[in-house]
Amino acid sequence: MVKQVPLSKEFLKGLWEQNPIFKQVLGMCPTLAVTVSAINGIAMALATTFVLVTASLLISTIRKLIPNQVRIAAYIVIIATFVTIVDLVMKAKFPELSKALGPFIPLIVVNCIILGRQEAFASKNTPFRALLDALGMGAGFFIALVSLGGIREIIGSRTFLGIQILPDAFEPWLIMILPAGAFLTLGLMLGFANMYTDRKKRIEKESLIEQYKRVSKVEISMAQEGI
Amino acid sequence: MNNVVKMILTLSIIGVVSGGLLSRIDNWADPLIAANQKAQTEEAIFKVQPEAQNYEPVNIAGIEAYKVSDASNNPLGYSLVYSGNGFQGKIRLMIGLTSDLEKITALEILEQVETPGLGTKVTEDPFRNQFKGLETLPQINWVKGINPSHPNEIQAITGATISSKAVVAIMNVGILKMRKLQKEGKI
Repeated sequence: MVKQVPLSKEFLKGLWEQNPIFKQVLGMCPTLAVTVSAINGIAMALATTFVLVTASLLISTIRKLIPNQVRIAAYIVIIATFVTIVDLVMKAKFPELSKALGPFIPLIVVNCIILGRQEAFASKNTPFRALLDALGMGAGFFIALVSLGGIREIIGSRTFLGIQILPDAFEPWLIMILPAGAFLTLGLMLGFANMYTDRKKRIEKESLIEQYKRVSKVEISMAQEGI
Repeated sequence: MNNVVKMILTLSIIGVVSGGLLSRIDNWADPLIAANQKAQTEEAIFKVQPEAQNYEPVNIAGIEAYKVSDASNNPLGYSLVYSGNGFQGKIRLMIGLTSDLEKITALEILEQVETPGLGTKVTEDPFRNQFKGLETLPQINWVKGINPSHPNEIQAITGATISSKAVVAIMNVGILKMRKLQKEGKI
């Protein structure tokens, strides 16, 4: 079977069309937990993307060597190895960040974006396509986490990336940096994303109907003229 | 049969390779992580004892404390690490004490998981600065809504009374323990 999907699509689909957060709703636990600030979102997304890319590359390279029955176990060991590497490097080089993200770095192991992409994509495609897919999914995750963290940080503590951008007169909404704020923000973002998609679909449908109507009118008139 | 052998072999190879890789990385990271932790503790010791230049750990089981001294080795007091329960989890404090344990030099919060925006105010300057020069005898007390009127009182944070009380309680227990050790002549 020859793949018909163009390479650029392999990367771009992760950004919006199949965005892991807004469309696939995967990896909710780290998404909700760490996004109290934009910088936390960036760090989490980068760590996850690193694991996703390396694991996808490796797994798609050796996909034909892994027997089908033990594939999940093999994936988990490979993913866990990369996660532990990230955790150790972060602890050694960025102790502050590692403290802020706490237990959520080790928990990347069970982030369903990663296992999901291995099972759905990397195990069936060539390394190059798997790399593009992983980068796209990572970028989509990054966009979602940074916007979520950014909104919560701006409203919850008046700052963005640690720089104050709202005046002191604005009373920060504490709820935005509490867990409830994560649910509120994510819920609204998902809602708006769905609204946008629905509207686009409706417009497409209507224009299609219009087109058919026009075509059939022309056909009718042509038929009449023919008579 | 062939398939079973292949399954076992695949998993074993993956396990061995990842184990080897991780042990190499751990060898590299371990000393760095230990150095980071040491640097953090050291920074906190000197933060609560601004005049101190040297420190040495107090070697008594069950307590983490550091005896600090100035440049010419005159003892200045202690930096005591003590932890207890806060509102949502453990709070770990670094308490600076004078040599007679009667006054606090400063307070640092090392670890806490209090409510963001409310309980976390205990880590901010307005709350912590109340402890500078505070008397510890007979014990530290807290008041709420009014200004402290005694030299051993602090004002609890509105909206974070439990966290404020927890900090005071942890300090009292820790200082009591130090006082007992001092009475026994161990420090």
